[in-house]
Amino acid sequence: MPMSPGDIEDMIKSGIPGARVTIRDLAGDGDHYAAEVVAEAFRGKTRVQQHQMVYEALKGNMGGVLHALALQTSAPD
Amino acid sequence: MSGINEFIDNEVKTNDVVVFMKGTPQFPQCGFSGQVVQILDYLGLDYKGVNVLADQEIRQGIKDYSNWPTIPQLYVKGEFVGGCDIIREMFQSGELQSHLTEKGITVRGAA
Repeated sequence: MPMSPGDIEDMIKSGIPGARVTIRDLAGDGDHYAAEVVAEAFRGKTRVQQHQMVYEALKGNMGGVLHALALQTSAPD
Repeated sequence: MSGINEFIDNEVKTNDVVVFMKGTPQFPQCGFSGQVVQILDYLGLDYKGVNVLADQEIRQGIKDYSNWPTIPQLYVKGEFVGGCDIIREMFQSGELQSHLTEKGITVRGAA
């Protein structure tokens, strides 16, 4: 069952409180998205750690139902 | 350590640059794996490609090994560097080139 942009946004926001999330649908097939996530919780973390936090928030959907999620993560300036 | 973990650990530790990917460097079978291979080729690196599609155990094992849910995965000198997004971002900013040279790996065409 493909994920909707809303599902992804809600999961990231509940997993990373205070995150600002922008989702772009890359292919319209429900499993190729790009997400930009800006969160204070990312400050001081490497990109790999930041992305892992997003994957954890997606509770195992990443790589399964969700085939591709191009991630852009940063801490607020 | 399980057999598959030992295999992965050995691949990661005995090759300076190794990418766990879908397909092979000559025939990548996924756009994201293909992008990473293109970047490694552009930089003139010699690297090893491990085709996770050839063995389901590797395909799952590598995700557990690095706690990273997707393929491809690039390792330099035994350290997980990132998946396709991170490698592309690092390449575009020149961070990948400096990371490699810091690790003593010669890079051709370094920006």
